[in-house]
Amino acid sequence: MKRTGPLALVFHTLVTIFMLAPLAIVCLVAFTPENTLSIPWGLSADAYSLRWFKAAFEHSDLMQSFWNSLGVAFFAATVSVALAIPAGIAIARHEFPGRQALNGLLLSPLIVPHLVLGVAMLRLFALLGARGSSLWLTLAHVVIVTPYALRLVVAALSGLDRSAEQAALSLGASHATVFRRITLPLMLPGITGGWMLAFINSFDEVTMSIFITSPQTVTLPVRMYMIATESIDPMMAAVSALIVAATAIAMIVLDRLYGLDKILVGQH
Amino acid sequence: MSFLTLEGVSKYYGDFGALVDMNLAVERGEFISLLGPSGCGKTTTLQAIAGLIAVTRGRITLDGRELTRLPVNQRGLGIVFQSYALFPHMTVAENVSFGLEMRRMPKHERDTAIQQMLKLVHLDGHAARYPRELSGGQRQRVAIARALVISPPVLLLDEPLSNLDAKLREEMQFELRRIQRKVGTTTIMVTHDQAEALSISDRVVVMEAGRATQIDAPHRLYEHPKSRFISSFVGKTNLLPGRVVRAAARSAVELAHGQQLDVDPGDFADGANVTVCLRPEKLFFTDAIDGALAGRVEERFFLGSQWLYRVLTPLGELEVSCPNDGSSPVEEHADVHLAWANDVARLVEASA
Amino acid sequence: MKIAGRGVPFALSAPALALFALMVLLPLAMTTLLSFQQYDQERGVQSGFTLASYALVLGDSYYYEIFFRTGWVAALTTLLCVLIGAPEAYILSRMGRPWRSIFLLVILAPLLVSVVVRAFGWSLLLGPNGLVNQLFEAIGIGRLKMLYTPTAVIVALVHVMLPFMVIPVWTSLQKLDPMVESAALSLNASPWTVMRRIVLPQITPGLLSGSLIVFGLSASALAIPGLLGGRRLKMVATLIYDEYLHELNWPLGATIALALLVINLAIMLSYNAVLEGSYAKRMGRS
Repeated sequence: MKRTGPLALVFHTLVTIFMLAPLAIVCLVAFTPENTLSIPWGLSADAYSLRWFKAAFEHSDLMQSFWNSLGVAFFAATVSVALAIPAGIAIARHEFPGRQALNGLLLSPLIVPHLVLGVAMLRLFALLGARGSSLWLTLAHVVIVTPYALRLVVAALSGLDRSAEQAALSLGASHATVFRRITLPLMLPGITGGWMLAFINSFDEVTMSIFITSPQTVTLPVRMYMIATESIDPMMAAVSALIVAATAIAMIVLDRLYGLDKILVGQH
Repeated sequence: MSFLTLEGVSKYYGDFGALVDMNLAVERGEFISLLGPSGCGKTTTLQAIAGLIAVTRGRITLDGRELTRLPVNQRGLGIVFQSYALFPHMTVAENVSFGLEMRRMPKHERDTAIQQMLKLVHLDGHAARYPRELSGGQRQRVAIARALVISPPVLLLDEPLSNLDAKLREEMQFELRRIQRKVGTTTIMVTHDQAEALSISDRVVVMEAGRATQIDAPHRLYEHPKSRFISSFVGKTNLLPGRVVRAAARSAVELAHGQQLDVDPGDFADGANVTVCLRPEKLFFTDAIDGALAGRVEERFFLGSQWLYRVLTPLGELEVSCPNDGSSPVEEHADVHLAWANDVARLVEASA
Repeated sequence: MKIAGRGVPFALSAPALALFALMVLLPLAMTTLLSFQQYDQERGVQSGFTLASYALVLGDSYYYEIFFRTGWVAALTTLLCVLIGAPEAYILSRMGRPWRSIFLLVILAPLLVSVVVRAFGWSLLLGPNGLVNQLFEAIGIGRLKMLYTPTAVIVALVHVMLPFMVIPVWTSLQKLDPMVESAALSLNASPWTVMRRIVLPQITPGLLSGSLIVFGLSASALAIPGLLGGRRLKMVATLIYDEYLHELNWPLGATIALALLVINLAIMLSYNAVLEGSYAKRMGRS
């Protein structure tokens, strides 16, 4: 570390603890053998228990909502990337009237509160009778996560060396071949990163989903919210710990692929 | 009928003429350089020939075939980009193979061609490497190999040596020439480095503000520059303003302070304002004989193979260069006399 | 590189545009319409134009109180994020190679964990028997009521929003040329002066941008006030939740939601105006 005074280091340590504390506590409480929320203590093996993990896996509503979330996130990420690639090409590479407006519209879910989107879509779903439909829920999630996919696709395209494409053309390649063999492979890390970021954001989404899920389509975060507002027991902690672990793995994969700091900070 | 011709080729961006009325006839197997400062239109010319930009006016023909409206992927020319533009996700061999794959060459033929080409550019051990693992000079050779392996009728080089450091640049100049001579491909190179252009080209096209100002073999270009700009851009020169004085017996140029120089006025009329160009290496130190120019050495610079002197004379400050032939150099502040051979002074137009 | 005709970009963006028109523009328009519709306790939403919901929201002090509470909670959260996030971003930018990436990840990674999990974690920490109270007791402060008060909501909001402040400030800091700071120091400026007159002016857009994001997100937060604020501590988001899903007074809910959206947009636009104005003139477009 260069030139960081002791005061700054203390401050930094406190901030780090602050950021990790709720995640750490949740992982600890998950292992408690007690019936109530408590932190397991001691060095012997029976101070820790997996009973709450077992309870979580046996909770049918919880498991159902987990599969719901997984399915919705998978399809939402895939569809959003499928939309983001052509739209990203149009925005990054073409000058056309309405380009700024289109870019703004596709990024708008970042500015429009998910709360407002949830309420607005609820109205639409009610009129369409779409409330219990996984399809419409997935489409709603597509909208929410497209900004993440789009930003990464546009960044990947902007960072591409155009002269490589020109070189391919000069060697006799058709435009389709250039896209297939040069552009797309070079965009791939960005596309994959975008997919994963979209997946994670869809999986985590709660505010909008609260409004538009129905008892059949409830997603995991919404289910957890409902459970947490009624009764709190260590099972919530176990589920949370699993989510933290899964996220940590996803982060490592994302980092290997693309560089996590680049994805989270973005190329401004 | 030359191999590659440009007739009246112009490229306008709105009112701005990046390239104006370019006429060029290139023979088969020639090595041509497009030389000039930034913004002179040399890169625009290359891009027009390549098909990377569309021309506003004019025609481009290759071996009788009209190229002007053809898209870049149907012209079949070999291009080496300034940044090399290698495919980062492919190995050296795959990069070189790409153009051959587009021509549907069967695999075993491709492999042989790639092998031979890599050998020609001295990269035969590196076929499986990726561009990021190579040095700048190696990447450049991959770019050349990739462009040459398709046996293009014309090879286009966009400032191929500008990204290399000085020593490497010198080596690569001669490498380029060697490869070109061996393969015999008609080559057009864009550069802003006059030494580079002069050393390896058969002919040089000097460009300024979108136009070609002189097209000549390097030696002729250097010895007989047609304009003030060319004489100072190509090599170093001393420029002296003067006026033509034609008389029946003898013509001369009268310089600023009334000195008379015996110079052939060529096509310049009597009384015309001109500039006299004297190259530093044409001036030499001599004894105080009749006709020699007196002066005093103000500064001297050691350039390894030469000494460069700044000499203050009645004609102004002149640069003189002498080879470092082992004899002792002239001291600073020494009084000297300068002379030059009869026919080495050149006349170009006066400054604007 | 001109490929095909002029229609290409439109064709490429059509699917995304269609989806967004259907799922964003249309529902927002419908919600706007809804806010003008009548609501009857027995019969539900009626057609017909009325400003009753608006009158209620703008007139009744109950709603003012909630908007006000949401406002000051969001403002305080934003302030804390600036005071904690900006120095932290600066400290991070000064760190050496491996540590810098590691700690940047530590600060930013919680973004990838669902807000429900994080809120739940804070409810464990801030409860009457939670770790924080145990710590307070150990050092002599005694137990404090934090859960179900604005304190818990603010603490959790700061935790969730901090990355959103760190990112833009970090980005601004990355654009700084460290040599500029060295140049100022070589001209006899104190480190404090360098901070105040060299660094701070250049990270101001990052601070502004971060503040806007944090304020907007905090004002519309649902899960955190819901889990940590309890039933009595209403904020705009939980209010809308109640109207839509409990009271079923959708027009009223729509009105409140629109009010929230308008406030968000107004703040965004004023930010752009400030940025385009004085700042751009001095620093040039970045």
